[in-house]
Amino acid sequence: MTDPDRHKNSLRQRLALHGIDGVTLMLLPALLFVLGVFVYPFLYGLVLSFQPLEGGGALANYKKFFSDPFLYNTIAATLRLAVPVSIIGLIFAIPIALRVRLLQRQRLLTTILVLPVTLGTVLVAEGLLNYLGPQGWFSRTLMFIGMVDSPLKLTNNYWGVFVSLVITVFPFTFLLTLSYITGIDPALEQAAATHGASSWQRFRHVMLPLLVPGLAVAFCLTFVQAFAVFPSAVLLGAPSGPTRVISIAAAQAAFEQYDDSMASSIAMIMAAVQLLVVLGVLAIRNMFYRGSTAGGKG
Amino acid sequence: MQLASHPFKELRLDRMSRTFGAFNALHDVSLSIRKGEFIALLGPSGCGKSTALNCIAGLLATTDGGIYIDEKRIDQLKPEDRGFGMVFQNYALFPHMTVNQNVGFGLRMRNVPKAEIAQKVENALALVRLQGQGHKLPGQLSGGQQQRVAIARAIVIEPPLVLMDEPLSNLDAKLRLEMRTEIRRIHNQLGATTIYVTHDQDEALSLADRVVVLREGSIRQVGVPHELYEKPAHIDVAEFMGFRNHMPGKVTGRTGDRVTLSVAGSTIAGMASEDVKPGDDAILMARGDDIAAAKAGPQTLAATVETIEYRGREFVGTARTADGLELIFHSPTLTEIGSRISLSVNADRALVFAA
Amino acid sequence: MIRDTSLGAKLWITAVWAVVGFFVINVLAMIATVILSSVGTRWLGTWLPEAFTTRWYLAAWQEFQLSHVLLVTFQIVFMVVILSGLLGVTAAYAIARRNFPGKRLVMFIFLLPLLVPPITFGIPLATVLYKFGVGGTFWGVVLANLVPTVPFVILVMIPFIEQIDPKVEAAARVFGAGTFRLFIHVLLPMLLPGILASLLLVLVRTVAMFELTFLTAGPTSQTLVVALYYSVFAAGVRAVQSIDAMAVIYMVTTLVWLLVALRFVNPTQIVARPKQISH
Repeated sequence: MTDPDRHKNSLRQRLALHGIDGVTLMLLPALLFVLGVFVYPFLYGLVLSFQPLEGGGALANYKKFFSDPFLYNTIAATLRLAVPVSIIGLIFAIPIALRVRLLQRQRLLTTILVLPVTLGTVLVAEGLLNYLGPQGWFSRTLMFIGMVDSPLKLTNNYWGVFVSLVITVFPFTFLLTLSYITGIDPALEQAAATHGASSWQRFRHVMLPLLVPGLAVAFCLTFVQAFAVFPSAVLLGAPSGPTRVISIAAAQAAFEQYDDSMASSIAMIMAAVQLLVVLGVLAIRNMFYRGSTAGGKG
Repeated sequence: MQLASHPFKELRLDRMSRTFGAFNALHDVSLSIRKGEFIALLGPSGCGKSTALNCIAGLLATTDGGIYIDEKRIDQLKPEDRGFGMVFQNYALFPHMTVNQNVGFGLRMRNVPKAEIAQKVENALALVRLQGQGHKLPGQLSGGQQQRVAIARAIVIEPPLVLMDEPLSNLDAKLRLEMRTEIRRIHNQLGATTIYVTHDQDEALSLADRVVVLREGSIRQVGVPHELYEKPAHIDVAEFMGFRNHMPGKVTGRTGDRVTLSVAGSTIAGMASEDVKPGDDAILMARGDDIAAAKAGPQTLAATVETIEYRGREFVGTARTADGLELIFHSPTLTEIGSRISLSVNADRALVFAA
Repeated sequence: MIRDTSLGAKLWITAVWAVVGFFVINVLAMIATVILSSVGTRWLGTWLPEAFTTRWYLAAWQEFQLSHVLLVTFQIVFMVVILSGLLGVTAAYAIARRNFPGKRLVMFIFLLPLLVPPITFGIPLATVLYKFGVGGTFWGVVLANLVPTVPFVILVMIPFIEQIDPKVEAAARVFGAGTFRLFIHVLLPMLLPGILASLLLVLVRTVAMFELTFLTAGPTSQTLVVALYYSVFAAGVRAVQSIDAMAVIYMVTTLVWLLVALRFVNPTQIVARPKQISH
């Protein structure tokens, strides 16, 4: 009865006090998987990018990338696609989402919109090749209603990739925006209306400030997706001309030149550009209100 | 096959403690419970009673101290290895299982043969008077019926100990009284050792063989119900037992247990609950029904009526003395708000605690 | 809701719906083009093909060895669904139910593969897989596809698990269920709708996952979407119509599962992953 050690807790008990027990260990398989198949390869690629195939110092790949216009111009080419697509997507998504949230039956529309996201870029590119082509329905319709005299050239150039990105990326932006907008308590807008705010004032002073954090995230996710454009840039664009995007450069380094080190460098540059844009947008976002969109009871 | 209870002599908590960071949710709780006893853990919310129950069940690790069944230490066992039965506040029935499957769950986990499970489940359902409801899902039952299923699930495994965590708090007032009687009846019939957590003093006093009053994670008093009700040993316990009048004063005299205090300019007598001497600061505690309107005289306080409510057989009011002391009193007649009255304190039932 | 009935508001609403209509019509017309072309004989300079036929499907089936490609696709998708379910649900349970040091970091690590586009992490991943000799194999493709799906299942399942009353689990434990039996008898039946929904979405995403499969697949481990890419890439080698026939087969395999998934989830959930992302 007087044994001083008798209340000593077992290791199991002490770990459990810190939230570590059999249940916590169930995390391990997934965590080890992501560490091994995502984090490790990424770090491996980072290290590899500093070990150029042809020597020339740790930074040789990066020096080569930023001194060869054929390579460094891919950043600008990709930005020229990703930035307008993201901005246009957001500008159209906000008013449409504000309308659609009032619909009782949104499901048919959201289902149609989720189609291109689900089908993916390869199929959209394949379909657009025909649809936007000189014999396709799009030009044919424009000619039929007399808007143009000859077929528009919309494939194998910038516009083909642009349209395919809009089709795959806009629904994504829209559905994200819709989920943020429906998360705002409608009572807030009604309250603003009872205080005499017009619909524009309600949007400008109530909805927009509440939406900015969500819109910033939507923009980032959209941009990151658009910046990684790949199959449609090859199939619908001019992959050695104006739509030679950065992922094409990376894929060529990997699969045509078998230069894993250079391919990794380009992938790292791609990640860095995405990170920079995301950080920039989030920094701007932090200047706005952040917090509950649920009204009184947070 | 009759439901039986587990053979053991005593369940012992030895300086059981639990901290959450710097917060002492439970501090050095020691208690020994005899087989067959019905123990109520009573206290306001946040007093540590649910923490204590969860520690005993093994759902929460203790930070210090031990739990023993006879001489076997069990606080290092996982909850599934302790073999207790438990009734939860919101019943915690498995929503996807029928009543039979819910009640039989513990037996199934113990790999009891199917025929035996069926028989025992039937007996348990008979005991809680739910015969013929076994095929229903919990969602198809009323709150009271769900609670009966939860009780059947806890007792069917014939556990050494049944833990009940505020089992009646989700029921409406009428059902609560009915289930209280049911729980007592089932306990009398089975004799299962039970620890019952509640914040309702009526429940604790009417159900338990012994009541344990917890406050700020420590045991304040352990006793049989009438002892707690008549002679709370601590000012916190007194408050919890309905001593709502709180009269600070100075001790002016003492003969035996009888103490006189000067309270708000009057001299009031009460029974000493703690060791107080003339000259000490002390607090006189009295229940509302021990304070009544009376003629001015000794043992009375002059006050102005502030509120008065009808409570069926009588009125309950609050009044304030000139010093600002608020008193709760009972009155057989309606007294007008703002009227001046004298309130007499029943000296035999008022208790004096050290300040 | 507040209804504005002024002329300006009506014009604005009309304009908004016109944009939506324009977008939807173009998407549907694009899909219709693929379908019509796949069943048309010759389609040049007219609104509709000259005649209809099913022979392109037969041609596509043989030319692109679709029976093999479809078999591989289903095998890969099946493995990815099963493994991401096993890894994802168990991890989601641990995260939903326990607070442990470093939980925020763990959540961040799980979020990354969903935020970084596949083509970005796919290139170093493919390099590592080839280094270990699994690049180009069936298992290499499975591993690569698991990278975004495991975190996806985790993030979808966490709120599902959190809404289950922990008292129900406490009851199962008190009544003698260890972690394994708790899962089998209590959690799995209660979580089934959530698991089904998240795994169907994994299925749809894996069928349509181009980049990771493209980067890691070899000639025998291509899925349908990669085969489709190569056939479009080499356009001119095969008849356009048989490529379109293949595209229709691909659409059907994706959309069937999408329709099944939509019985369990709202379309917005396919895009708007759980709220953790916004913080």
